[in-house]
Amino acid sequence: MSILVFAEHDNSVLKADTLKTVAAAQAIGSDITLLVAGYNCQSVVDAAAKVNGVSKVLVADNAVYEHQLAENVSLLVVELASDYEHIIATALTTGKNFMPRVAALLDVTQISDIIAVESSDTFVRPIYAGNAIATVQSLDSKKVITVRSTGFDAVANDGNAEIVTLDTVTDAGTSSHVSDELTKSERPDLGAAGVIISGGRGMQNGDNFKLLDGIADKLGAAIGASRAAVDAGFVPNDMQVGQTGKIVAPDLYIAVGISGAIQHLAGMKDSKIIVAINKDPEAPIFQVADYGIVADLFDALPELESKL
Amino acid sequence: MKVLVPIKRVIDYNVKVRVKPDNSNVDLANVKMAINPFCEIAVEEAVRLKEAGTATEIIAVSIGDKSCQEQLRTALALGADRAIQIETSETLDSLNIAKLLQKIVEEEQPQLIILGKQAIDSDNNQTGQMLGALTGMPQGTFASEVKVEGDKVHVTREIDGGLQTVALNLPAIVTTDLRLNEPRYASLPNIMKAKRKPLDVKNAADFELDLAPRTKLLKVAPPAERQAGIVVETIDELVEKLKNEAKVIS
Repeated sequence: MSILVFAEHDNSVLKADTLKTVAAAQAIGSDITLLVAGYNCQSVVDAAAKVNGVSKVLVADNAVYEHQLAENVSLLVVELASDYEHIIATALTTGKNFMPRVAALLDVTQISDIIAVESSDTFVRPIYAGNAIATVQSLDSKKVITVRSTGFDAVANDGNAEIVTLDTVTDAGTSSHVSDELTKSERPDLGAAGVIISGGRGMQNGDNFKLLDGIADKLGAAIGASRAAVDAGFVPNDMQVGQTGKIVAPDLYIAVGISGAIQHLAGMKDSKIIVAINKDPEAPIFQVADYGIVADLFDALPELESKL
Repeated sequence: MKVLVPIKRVIDYNVKVRVKPDNSNVDLANVKMAINPFCEIAVEEAVRLKEAGTATEIIAVSIGDKSCQEQLRTALALGADRAIQIETSETLDSLNIAKLLQKIVEEEQPQLIILGKQAIDSDNNQTGQMLGALTGMPQGTFASEVKVEGDKVHVTREIDGGLQTVALNLPAIVTTDLRLNEPRYASLPNIMKAKRKPLDVKNAADFELDLAPRTKLLKVAPPAERQAGIVVETIDELVEKLKNEAKVIS
């Protein structure tokens, strides 16, 4: 059972989520190939070759893949597809963008966002924003799958895969990259952080998010936000934790001034320990929190920072 | 410029989802249904393009049984000019939906197709991209800004690290994210007017496509419940618990 896994990266760093996606692939079969498509991405290739359980790393290093435009990457994957029964990517914005194109070009449907593998053709995935869990069997000969990485434990970095350079260049010529406006932060990625502290509408404005900084510094935490806080313009969209934002499962999740709307819970309820700080004792967040404290966040945050 | 907006009828986002006791699916009997929120944003964006003079005609299309005409009327009340219902009683996989939409694209030749990025029932996030692949059109998914400039459309996309802007040759596909716009409410006169706007019904079977299911739903279960923990009185107690009981900080 040959499996192709798409490596998630930014041309310099292999994202930790890929290690979890490889774990999902290992639950399906053992012959795993990683595809690195990018530009000037040798450091990613080196990291990919060390991923445990990967026998081969395919490298497509060309300017047409620099921004991983869906039109170009999907054509590349389709060219490689005949050698594999399973084609797998992480359900982050890159994989979500190009993988359904791969599926349609191969005339198969896609199984999105799997959180568990039952067998080589049967997978478990959340539906209705995580309010129901579906077990789905694919009837297609080839399986195109995206993986929700929080469902799997990362594999180790002790492998030694063969590196094969591809000379395939697939340029659809229909799209081009204009610009990126990326959030710069010294903090860990939401997807990779062991601790996350998130603020909600209760933070009242963007400036007050600074109250989370000191705590995040002391805990080495990433800072997130609820959809309400993002919609209100307090913080940028890439900080959003929830069904339509980032799905996270850190060891410790601290929800500050977040009421706990279903769509937020869908993005963080698999965290190991959840702490809620909210002045409303009736807030639904307390129903999922391991530790809750009913307090005004403007008193609680400085005190918490001083006691850590 | 003609704009096509495919929309989906789904459970209203305010309704609490319940799984059937036999675990065969979620229970949709007597549940309030509505236009998928992301699709509503797609309709709104098309209407704004028309108000700006960029779009000339907006066609809403939905695939399903007769009940989805209700959502098409909603789209017409919001400002779509005409609607197409593709009649089927089957629940179709995204690929088959995309194949049917491809036929409508061939008939209508729109310059821009705007869809919601995902439906809040199946949460697949596939149809727009699949339609892009089948038609050979480029795509701007998870859009937070759409600007038509000459023979291109510039789409700003919400990606993991922030925002990315791409330029797409027209005709192109856009899928909407939450912050693209805030949909308007349909006014009563517009709701009345929508009743007289044209709504064509086509039969899915007439397109002579192989629409056989690609997936089989084996089981639907409620998610594992998380137990509520304890309420602590002081920050000292919280820090103590996190250190010594949960052992998640040191």
